Amino acid sequence: MASSPKTASRRASSRGTRSRKSNSKAKAAAPAGLPKDEELEAYRMMLLIRRFEEKAGQMYGMGLIGGFCHLYIGQEAVVTGVQLATREGDQVITSYRDHGHMLACGMEARGVMAELTGRQGGYSKGKGGSMHMFSVEKAFYGGHGIVGAQVSLGTGLAFANRYREDGKVSLTYLGDGAINQGQVYESFNMAKLWNLPVVYVIENNKYGMGTSISRASSTTDLSQRGASFDIPGDQVDGMDVRAVKAAAGKALDYARSGKGPFILEMLTYRYRGHSMSDPAKYRSKEEVQKMRQEHDPIEQVKARLLGEHGLEEDDLKAVDKDIRAIVNEAADFAQIDPEPDPSELWTDVYA
Amino acid sequence: MPTQILMPALSPTMEEGKLAKWIKAEGDEITAGDVIAEIETDKATMEVEAVDEGKLGKILIPEGTEAVKVNTPIAVILADGEDSSAIDGAGAAPAPAPAAAAETPAAPEPAAPAVQTAPARQEVPADPDIPEGTQMVDTTVREALRDAMAEEMRRDESVFVMGEEVAEYQGAYKITQGLLDEFGARRVVDTPITEHGFAGLGVGAALAGLRPIVEFMTFNFAMQAIDHIINSAAKTLYMSGGQMHNAIVFRGPNGAAARVGAQHSQDYAAWYGQIPGLKVVQPWSAADAKGLLKSAIRDPNPVVFLENEILYGHASPVPLLDDHTVPIGRAKVVRSGDAATIVSFGIGMTYATQAAEALAADGIQCDVIDLRTIRPMDIDTVIESVKRTGRVVSVEEGWPQHGVGAEIGMKVSERAFDWLDAPPVRICGKDVPMPYAANLEKLALPNVQEVVDAVKAVAYI
Repeated sequence: MASSPKTASRRASSRGTRSRKSNSKAKAAAPAGLPKDEELEAYRMMLLIRRFEEKAGQMYGMGLIGGFCHLYIGQEAVVTGVQLATREGDQVITSYRDHGHMLACGMEARGVMAELTGRQGGYSKGKGGSMHMFSVEKAFYGGHGIVGAQVSLGTGLAFANRYREDGKVSLTYLGDGAINQGQVYESFNMAKLWNLPVVYVIENNKYGMGTSISRASSTTDLSQRGASFDIPGDQVDGMDVRAVKAAAGKALDYARSGKGPFILEMLTYRYRGHSMSDPAKYRSKEEVQKMRQEHDPIEQVKARLLGEHGLEEDDLKAVDKDIRAIVNEAADFAQIDPEPDPSELWTDVYA
Repeated sequence: MPTQILMPALSPTMEEGKLAKWIKAEGDEITAGDVIAEIETDKATMEVEAVDEGKLGKILIPEGTEAVKVNTPIAVILADGEDSSAIDGAGAAPAPAPAAAAETPAAPEPAAPAVQTAPARQEVPADPDIPEGTQMVDTTVREALRDAMAEEMRRDESVFVMGEEVAEYQGAYKITQGLLDEFGARRVVDTPITEHGFAGLGVGAALAGLRPIVEFMTFNFAMQAIDHIINSAAKTLYMSGGQMHNAIVFRGPNGAAARVGAQHSQDYAAWYGQIPGLKVVQPWSAADAKGLLKSAIRDPNPVVFLENEILYGHASPVPLLDDHTVPIGRAKVVRSGDAATIVSFGIGMTYATQAAEALAADGIQCDVIDLRTIRPMDIDTVIESVKRTGRVVSVEEGWPQHGVGAEIGMKVSERAFDWLDAPPVRICGKDVPMPYAANLEKLALPNVQEVVDAVKAVAYI
């Protein structure tokens, strides 16, 4: 079945958060604007993620990156907006489309890129690859390659937070593909049973690999997938970083206050295929074009920075230049950094 | 004619129990469904309901009697019009089909007293690692495991136990008995029946720095969770370049119990034993069960700790020490001889030691090695022995293909080929799903005679 650009457009154009649960009063209103410094911070981060991913795609094409490589281009507002609402120590865990999450958590571009090229300076010394990177320091818990597994793991992070009563919240990301895995619902059940501090962020980019959500899911309002466990959920315009931040703030407050898990369905879109080897023929060029032209998360912020925040083109060009420098430095490092020593084959099997 | 009430079997592995209490007295009228007595198994206290009507004519086994064998007549019910003069005749009659049936499963019995029934003895030789003069206390494997968890939970606040029925029910097999009372619901966590989910949740908690003990009601159910045990627990340290630790113990009964059928009777030693990043422990004696579990809980790596339901009730001496630990990865020579090397682990040691005893009666003395840990395997101890005996027989309940015995045979061939006087032999469970019928199940499992025959074959006797 051909995917429907109309549907995609209608869904992504919903503004703000639409809550179906009684606990929320927010109704499809335009999200509150962000202060200029936050908009600028969001612009920087989203641009870093996009330029990084573009570079990664390019390097993959040159054979410098191997295996699987899943790019986050188009979805930048989701992790960027959520991170704007977090506190120090809140944990992040996701599946394999993870480069953006790492950068948004503050991990260095060069370490991520060097992992992609399988070098010793990569975050996992070259032993993890695109899907398996971690940072204890930045509270980034991976980087997991089995669809849905990170949901149980992220619920376990929340269990530890409650056990220690340390006030941290686990931000557990999953896609519209993972939402149909059984362990997601096992986790939802335990998370609500024990009121664990976890926010499940569903990044609904409309395609689980090459299958559109309507062909894979009997119900497509994923924000309501926690309903039978009494977990509230909001549907959010995941292309608008302001809406994302507002929704994440509300969800984090809810979870941190001891009320238990919260679900955010971020309506978003990936511009590239599922992985580098996916030509994405299951959707039309027009659908992708329309999303890029009308809903691009970076362009939205850029317009506001130049408009209501009164920045000049030159100000943004300076940011672009900075970002390009960071990404180019990361790419250079990832190519000159040596491969891991052969002795590394045998290390880190046991602690 | 009077009807005998027989001591009922109240669990798959129950052979005897304690007649804890008579609810009905001699002379009481009984209707079907009445609770007439309470019986303590090694797992729980169960109520016995009458299935016949009549008058309780005579109590044959007084309350408080321990170790009453299954199918022993415990009372006689008189039908209408019969009097006690009929009882003698009933006593002489051949035992009819069991007249009492228990309600299964048992209602949760949080206040169940400690195990009272006389446990089976394990003949475990003295351990040279235990200081001479140490007081030894006969302890069941069940109690040893419980004590290990309790000691480690007292020692380290980050240790907690989770699983199905571990808290309020006091453990499906009573391994966690008393832990809820001492440590509370925060650290003794009843989970829903969601093995995949709670195994992943446990690994997540371990990634965050806690030390979970995840109990599986049996490892047969852990097949639902094996993705997290292998992909999330075993591989993460490596995939993170040594950054992300997870100290977690997955434990529970493994392998066959008694007549529970193919889906509840699998031995996973070989499965988990193949995985780099996991440690795999399978103890036999109570002292090793305790010492190894304590080591497993302290280990910074994920440990799969394979227990056995039949061994839970077996007692053997445990050293009375403040902190008895047994190192993971070290085999133990439990018997010495030059005729052949018998290698086993877990419940396989029951066949191995009994075979060695039978052979000794014929003047054939064998080395018997308890591997105790499957991974990392202490193959050096095996090789050292084989270089002396020239012969090796492995014993396990698991299947032959790619089994632990296959690994031992290969390692011995690689490292002690020139010392071998006969090809290595493995005694395994038969290559079939576990049958239910009692005779077939017996055939499917290894037995002492097979081990005896194998030793005689490799020793050309």
